[in-house]
Order: sequence, then C-alpha cells, then structure tokens
Amino acid sequence: MIEQHLSLLLVVIPLIAAPVTAMLPGRRLPWLFTLSVTWVCLLLASWQLSVVMNGSVISYELGGWAPPWGIEYRIDAMNALVAFIVAAIAAVTLPYALRSVEKEIPEYQTSLFYAAILLCLVGLLGIVQTGDVFNLFVFLEISSLSSYVLIAMGKQRRALTAAYQYLIMGTIGATFLLIGIGLIYAETGTLNMLDLNQRLQPIMEHRTVHTGFAFIVVGIALKLALFPLHLWLPNAYTYSPSVISVFLAATATKVAVYIMLRMVFTVFSSSLVVLTSYMFLVLGIVGVILPSISAIFQTDAKRLLAYSSIAQISYMVLGMGFASVLGLTATLVHVFNHALMKGALFMAIGAIVYRVGSSRLENFQGLGRQMPWTFSAILIAGLSLIGIPGTAGFISKWYLVLAALEQQSWLITGVILLGSLLAVIYVWKIVEIMFFRPVPETVIEVREAPASLLIPTWVLVSANLFFGFNTELTVDVAGTAVRLLGVTAP
Amino acid sequence: MTEAQVLLLVLGLPFIGAVGIVLTRHRPNLREAVTLITASAVCALVLMIYGQFQAGTPFAVDIAEPLPGLLIRFEIEPLGMLFALVAGSLWLITSIYAIGYMRGHHEVNQTSFYAMFAIAIGSTLGAAFAGNLLTLFLCYEILTISTYPLVAHAGTAEARRGARTYIGILLATSIGLQLLAILITYAITGTLDFREGGILADKLDPAWAGLLLALYIFGIGKAAVMPFHRWLPAAMVAPTPVSALLHAVAVVKAGVFTVLKVTIYIFGTDFITQSGANDWIIWFAGATILLASLIAMRQDNLKMRLAYSTVSQLSYIVLGALLATNMSLLGGALHITMHAFAKITLFFAAGAILVAANKTLISDMGGLGRAMPITFGAFLVASLSIIGLPPFGGMWSKWYLGMGAVETGQWLLLTVLMISSLLNIAYLLPIPIRGFFGKTRDGTHYHHITEAPKSCLLAMALTSLACLLLFFYPDPFYQLALSAAGGQ
Repeated sequence: MIEQHLSLLLVVIPLIAAPVTAMLPGRRLPWLFTLSVTWVCLLLASWQLSVVMNGSVISYELGGWAPPWGIEYRIDAMNALVAFIVAAIAAVTLPYALRSVEKEIPEYQTSLFYAAILLCLVGLLGIVQTGDVFNLFVFLEISSLSSYVLIAMGKQRRALTAAYQYLIMGTIGATFLLIGIGLIYAETGTLNMLDLNQRLQPIMEHRTVHTGFAFIVVGIALKLALFPLHLWLPNAYTYSPSVISVFLAATATKVAVYIMLRMVFTVFSSSLVVLTSYMFLVLGIVGVILPSISAIFQTDAKRLLAYSSIAQISYMVLGMGFASVLGLTATLVHVFNHALMKGALFMAIGAIVYRVGSSRLENFQGLGRQMPWTFSAILIAGLSLIGIPGTAGFISKWYLVLAALEQQSWLITGVILLGSLLAVIYVWKIVEIMFFRPVPETVIEVREAPASLLIPTWVLVSANLFFGFNTELTVDVAGTAVRLLGVTAP
Repeated sequence: MTEAQVLLLVLGLPFIGAVGIVLTRHRPNLREAVTLITASAVCALVLMIYGQFQAGTPFAVDIAEPLPGLLIRFEIEPLGMLFALVAGSLWLITSIYAIGYMRGHHEVNQTSFYAMFAIAIGSTLGAAFAGNLLTLFLCYEILTISTYPLVAHAGTAEARRGARTYIGILLATSIGLQLLAILITYAITGTLDFREGGILADKLDPAWAGLLLALYIFGIGKAAVMPFHRWLPAAMVAPTPVSALLHAVAVVKAGVFTVLKVTIYIFGTDFITQSGANDWIIWFAGATILLASLIAMRQDNLKMRLAYSTVSQLSYIVLGALLATNMSLLGGALHITMHAFAKITLFFAAGAILVAANKTLISDMGGLGRAMPITFGAFLVASLSIIGLPPFGGMWSKWYLGMGAVETGQWLLLTVLMISSLLNIAYLLPIPIRGFFGKTRDGTHYHHITEAPKSCLLAMALTSLACLLLFFYPDPFYQLALSAAGGQ
C-alpha cells in the first residue's frame, strides 16, 4: 500500500519537516529532528531503488489527476539511483553536521540552517522524482534558493560574495531553463516529460523547439558548472560552511547531471542528441584539462577540490557526449562514485577546518602525523579520485576509457588518462604537505578530529573501497537506467 | 585447510602482521618479534605451497568481481611460484638484516617502516600469485603506493624530492600507458585472463602489436626500461633495507615479472615473434643494458652505482622476455632469482658499510675491506655472481639468455650481453679490490671500525651462500622457470 506513495513521501516528508525544524529551539533538537528525517528519506530512497532496480517503473499521479494533465512522478532506475545518492549523502552528512555546525554557525541561526538544509534536500529530491518539467523547475528553484542561503552562512565574509555570485549565475541558469520550458510548452501544450517526448517527435525541426532546446541546455549547464560556465562553483564550495561543501559537492551537481540526461535523452531524445554530442565532447576535453591544471595551483584545499570537481564533472559530460550505452553508464557510475569520493574528501577537509580553523594548505603542514585517521581518509579518497584500482574511481575510469576506445577516440582516451595524471599531482600536493612538512613551531598541538566527524568520513571512505570491488549496485543499476533511457547507439 | 584458504592466508599474513606491528609500536622488541614471526610464517607457508604445487595441487581463489566477467583472482602458476619463493625467503633474511641496520643507524619512525614493509611484501606476493592482469595491476599499484613512505622515510628535502620522482614516474607510466594497454587489451579480447599462448593472437592486427607491446613495456615503469628508469636511482634515498629488498627484489622484480607475464600469457611468444612486435622495442632493452652500465661506472656513491647496475640487469630480463624463445624466457625467469640473491647481498654490504663506517662514497672505501672482511667478502661473491662467473648462480641465467640470443640469430644482442658483462667487471670489482688492497685517502688506519651488527653479517652470509648454492643446485628455480618458459 505505502509502496505506491513512496515516491511522493520522499518529497513531502522533508518538505513538512523543514518549517517544523525552523521552529525548534536550541542546537541539538533541530539537528536530531533533521537527522531522523534524512534517515527516513534514506530508508524510503533505498526502498524505492530496490523496487525499480529490476527495470520496472513507478508512476504516481499527484492528487489522482491522470497525466499528462496532472503532475506525474515517474521513477525508473535512473531517478531512483540519483535519489538514493542524494538521500544517502544527506544521511551521512547529518551526523557529521552536529559538531561542525556548532563551531561554524551561531546558535540563533542553527534551526534556520537545518531548515534550509531540509529545503535543499526537498528541492534535490523533488527534481529527481518528478516527471513534469515545470515541476522540475520549481524544485530547482527551491534547491537553489536554499543553497544560496546555506552558502552565505559561511564564517568568512567572502561567503556573501560567493553566494551572491552563485545567486546571479544560478538565476540566469534557472531563467534560461524556464524560457526553454516555456518555448516547448508553447509548441506542444504539455509539460509531462513522456508526453513531451511523443509530441516533440514530429516537430523536431521547428526552430522554436531548437531555441527551446538551446535555452534548456545552457540553463542546465550553468547549474552543472559545465566548463566554461563553472565560475560560481569554486567560491561557493570554498567559502560555504564545511557541511554545506560536503552536501553540495556530493549532490547538487550530480542532480544537475541528472536533469541534463533527462532533458536531452528523455524529453528531446535522439534527433537532437547529435547537436549536443560535439559540444559535450569538446567542452568535456577542455573541462577535464584546464580545471585540473588550475587545481594544481590552488593554495586552499577546498578550492583545490572545487576545481577538481569541475574536472570530474567534465568526465561525466564526456560520457554524455559519447551518447552510447557504455558512455552513459560511465556517466551514471561516475555520478555515484564521485559523490562518494568528493563527499569523503570534503568531510576530511572539514575535519581539519574543525581543528585548525582554516582550509589553507599552508596550515596543513605536518597534520598527517597528528591526525592520522583524517589523513588516511584523504589519501584513500584521493586515490579514488585518481582512479587507482581497488577504489570506486577506478571503475568509473574503466568504463569511461572503454567508452572512448569503443568510439576509437584516441584523443579523448588520452585526455581521460591525462586527467588522472593531473589528479595525481594535486592529490599528492595535499598528501605531501600533510605528511612530510614538519609542523610549524608556532602551532600548538593539534588533536585528531572528534569521532562524530571521523565516522561519517570513514563511512564514505569505506564505500569508496567497497564500490571498487563490488559494482552490483552501481554498474548494474546504471546499466538498467541507460537501457530505459532508450539509447540505441552501441 | 583447503588450498584456497592457504593462499588467502599467505596473502593476508603480511597485512595482519602490519596491523600487529602498529599495535606493538610502543615496545620495539615485541614489534620486531612480530615482524620476524610474520616473515617466518610467510616463508614457511610459501615453501609449503611450493611443495604441494610441485606435487600438482592447483591453488586458486576468487575474491571479488568488480567488473562483469573480470575477477580479482589469485592463482599460482610456475612463474609466480618462483617469484613468491624469492620474495618470501628474502623478506625473512631482510627482516633479520633490517633490525640490526635500523637500530645500528638509529633510524626514526621504525614502526611505520616495518608496517609499510610488510604491506609492500604482501602486495608483492599478491602480484606473484595474481590470476589475471587486473589483479596484477591492482597489486602493482598497491606496491607503488605502499613503498612511497619507505622511500620518503628520512623526511628530508632530498628524500621528499626523490620520493616525488619515484611516485611520479611509477604512477604516470602505470596510469598513462599500462592502464591504457590493459584497457585496449580488454576492449579487443573481452578478457584479461592469463592463458597459455596468450589472448591477443588472432584478435589484434599484427601491425599494431608492436605499439601495444611498447605501451606495456614502458607502462610497466617498475621494469625501469630507459627512458623511464629515473625513479630507481631516485629511490636510493630510502634506508638500505628498503633499497635491498624492494628496489633490488620486490618492486623491480614485480616490474619484470609483469613483463614476463604479459609476454607469455597475454601476447604469447608465438604471436610476438610472428607479428614482429619485438622488432624495435628490444633495442630499448639492449640500449638500457649498456647505457645503465656506463652510467653506473661513473657513480661514486655506492648505492647509486648499484641502482644503475639494477637498471641494467633488469633489462636482461626484459630482453629475455622480448626475445620470446624458450631459452631466453628461461634465462629471464632464472635471472629474477639469481639477480635477486646477488643484488640484495650487494645492498646489504652497502648498508653494512654505512652503519659501521658511515661511508657512502666508493672513493672513501680504500682499505676498508681489511677492517670489514666479511662484508667485503660477501660483496665480492655477489659481484662475481652478477658478472656471471662460475661457480655462482648468476652464470646460469646469463647462459640461457645468451643461448636465446644465439637461437634467434641476434648476434648484436649477444655482443651487448658480452660487453655488459665486461662493464659489470669494470664497475663492480674495483670496489672489493680497493677495499682489500687500496689505501685510505689520508693514510689513516681503521682501528676503530669493526664489522657491522651481527644480524647484518648473518643476513649477508646467508645470501652470498645462496649465490654459491644456486650454481650447484639451481634445480627448484630451474624447473619452475622451465615450465613457465613453456619447456618440458
């Protein structure tokens, strides 16, 4: 019985919980409430994933209005996988949040902070669950507005400019998306994704449709931080509170990748894919190399990871550019794996920020010996980022390179491997500073981070190792999802 | 216990040992006991496995299936057994040596040293027993990463720089070239299993075989074929036991072992010779043999000279693999053993000289042999074995390598081998000669210098004795190498 309402509950529960959280007093209570909500969400998301894993589809009619008139929530393997990532990261981040938030957010803002996290969660989950493009836009705005707020709550004053920058760029992106949706609505008179797919087929040559497509792709590319529309991302990740860096880095861009896949492959489908393929491949190639090089020269660990994120997103974009079964599988697998590695890395950096009070690399000297668990977490997650065998990152790289080889694209094969080598350099930069520089004498003794920060970090680190050896969840579900996307190219 | 459990046990023991070492970090004696017990147990288990393996028992175990159809799988075959015997027995001897060295030299952070050492050996055994190329690659990378802290052990700016070169070259070649080669292989054949006769024949256009083989040879940076050899001299900043076991035995041999595996089980010798894949790449190995020997002659630092000597000797094995005849493969596989025992003795001696006399430069070692006769005696024995003179084990591998060159009519390569032997004489023998008969620079006599700690001497004595024994009884290794090379 409840199974039918799963898809809706996943959105409604955090939506109702958010205002309740805002009213709870103190520090512990809002945290505890948010924590339980995220765990319930994780439970529901895993349940949902287990239902659709075999390739079946859940269709839920909101308010009993039949689609295409009413809003339909339509869950297949891809939605469920991304929803699971979002819910899982939220559920792992929240235990981490308590101590970190105590240190970074003043008490009178705490309950509002948690409410904003829940709203962000609502937005991200809603985007993933819905089968209606306008509904998707609404949820995108919910998640964006709440993330502007969350970023602005960073301790440094520069968080405000970072949030403002993101606000402007994000609003432009959302507006573009809305214009695009408006154009195709004007052409077809429907907002339901599947219905759009049917109705767009005969009029695919219309200029309005092309214009709408262009607006939509550029709009999403802004949210995706697709190179060269990535400028908002480094500041946003660097200056936001540690918890928010973790949460956004591991979820927000992943959801944007989902929107892109949905729009390009489900709504517009095959005939326009060709248009994006070249763009994705070219931007992907440049986007892997240039941000990786920028990452090498960063002096702030969070900013370094932010640039690395842009490069990693470009891998996913490359997979989309191939528009083949292998390529899209690689994209989805990397969406999952990258959430794990970046989540773990930002958590570990957050643990250092908790102890040292800064994420500048110069303050990391010699911390490897004083914070061995945090250091090992950075090392293992970093190896995963590089793509060393035995880690989740290796699996992503494996599929991506296979996809490139399948197309006989030697250039892209080379670019992917070069990206890994550049990752070696920037990961090793952190490792070397932490492990080999002596501790400056002015610094007082630093202790290992508290367990409440370490345990969530190590949950993600272990996941990095686990999914390097067992790919039943990632690769199989991604394969099912790609099959349901209806990609016909090999 | 079943065979699979025995195999898992021997692979897991070093890692368990590493945990034990960390747990006993506050009590050095207990910690060293853990190292010795683990090393003895591993050595005993490897010997036991060898006994059963020779009796015909198959050993195989599947761990996981990370990619559809691609397993993490361990399976013992003759070449891996040979490599495991060498690594397993030498770990025990090196552990004995290391305790004397590390204490005599008052090294810091000894716990992390012993722990990482155990992990490195664990991954070496994993590489030896790997049942397919994916597993081998996995262990290869763990080995790279676990040896990095050992190279950087001293923590000085020089050590950091050396370690950076070390990990940079090894990771760059393995990710940039080797992984690419593995992926191409998989994309073409759909498998990464080791099979008799290779998996690429009939599937790969012979015109491309040379290029793919080059990706493998250069991608396996641990084999130190020029121009990707710089990491090995750079790694000499490590403590001497590390240089001895890891950079004369485990790490570098893991490289050439991978080369042998790839040529025998991925390409297949027939495919290599028929497609002419080895046509030009073999000259890189030949050039490395000569150039590295020439560079070795110019090194005054003893460890650097030995490092370049290793670079040169490794290419013997690569050459054996690339000639791809039964004889040359037999010689290459045997050379893994022969060179291991001889080179580790040389490094032991270098470390003993450092601990006892605090000297690293060869030009300072005049007359030192009279004060440290055992050390320099062992050095002499090992030098003769490296050169390939009877009655030392090194003769056999050179013999078969030479036979391989003759068999294929590669007279030029045979000349390379001969010249290299002469060069070996020129850069190795002056050291003991200077030690025994030379004079000190300033005419002082070494009254205050005595031999190195006893555990160091014991280790050196054992390995140099092995060099001698391997001449008369090469049989266990010979049989393994022969069946790996596809002989009887």
